[in-house]
Amino acid sequence: MPEGCALVTGSARGIGAASAKELAEVGWPVAINYRSDSEGAEGVAAAIGEAGGQAAAVQADVCDRDAVGELFRSVEERFGPVLVVVNNAGVRADGLAPQLGDDEWERVLETNLSAAFRVTRRALKPMLRARFGRVINIASVVGQRANAGQANYAASKAGLIGFTKTVAVEVARRGVTVNAVAPGFVETQLTEGVGNGNGLVDAIPARRPGTPEEVASCVRFLASEEASYVTGTTLTVDGGLSA
Amino acid sequence: MPAQATAESVEEVIFKGLTELGAEGEVARDSTFEQLDVDSLDLVELAQIIDDEFGVELQGEDVKDLRTVGDVIDLVVARSQ
Repeated sequence: MPEGCALVTGSARGIGAASAKELAEVGWPVAINYRSDSEGAEGVAAAIGEAGGQAAAVQADVCDRDAVGELFRSVEERFGPVLVVVNNAGVRADGLAPQLGDDEWERVLETNLSAAFRVTRRALKPMLRARFGRVINIASVVGQRANAGQANYAASKAGLIGFTKTVAVEVARRGVTVNAVAPGFVETQLTEGVGNGNGLVDAIPARRPGTPEEVASCVRFLASEEASYVTGTTLTVDGGLSA
Repeated sequence: MPAQATAESVEEVIFKGLTELGAEGEVARDSTFEQLDVDSLDLVELAQIIDDEFGVELQGEDVKDLRTVGDVIDLVVARSQ
């Protein structure tokens, strides 16, 4: 494994936290990025430390353009070049399209898509120089199939999948891979209340929500040396929902 | 602290960078990137080397009209003034 570290955005909890733990387990020093949940992020870092890994919680709002540069500088200073990036930070603000406010549209697109672009742009240059890099974008099955009430979220996640494919072909010849993971219904704080009394779980062939760990193990695979020829693809993890 | 960007120091860094990136044949001021078989991704990396050495950031619009090695050297020297 090359010298460097992994950065997981929005990893104080949920899929981000589980991904950070998986990456630490295979030996990457991991930067646990968070916006406001310092307690959660410190907890994840401490759990990784106790398990024998290396991690540090790093505060930065990835929507803040200047903060992204700062974030990378502080992570690089501590752990060396960032060779694995997991663009996981995400928000939702649901509503039927006729009623979605501009702010709800922009906030979701900004966090889920534009911030992922800016983090990736900053991450790629050192990866190209290192001739190794892994960019993993946490998309969603909602980027591939309809989900009423989430036009903004769907647009951001579909955008992320398109972004993944094009960036992947741009950098493939330098040993840098760019992939997406598209979770279905995974129980986290982000999806709180989503599966209540609406028959969603019955519609999932696996008949249960997924766990953050089940998504994180896909992240771990895509970050590995073994996945070196996998690029520009979207790995769907949804218990068969979109099959 | 970025190095002082004189015509000589910029030329040295760029020649070395292009050679490292696998430029075909002898690198000279008037070589075109086409002659050197330097592609768009090589130029992205060269921009990164220049940024690291001289603190001069070259973005998409800046590099798209560059044709020769001399064009890049002149641009970096001008930008660092």
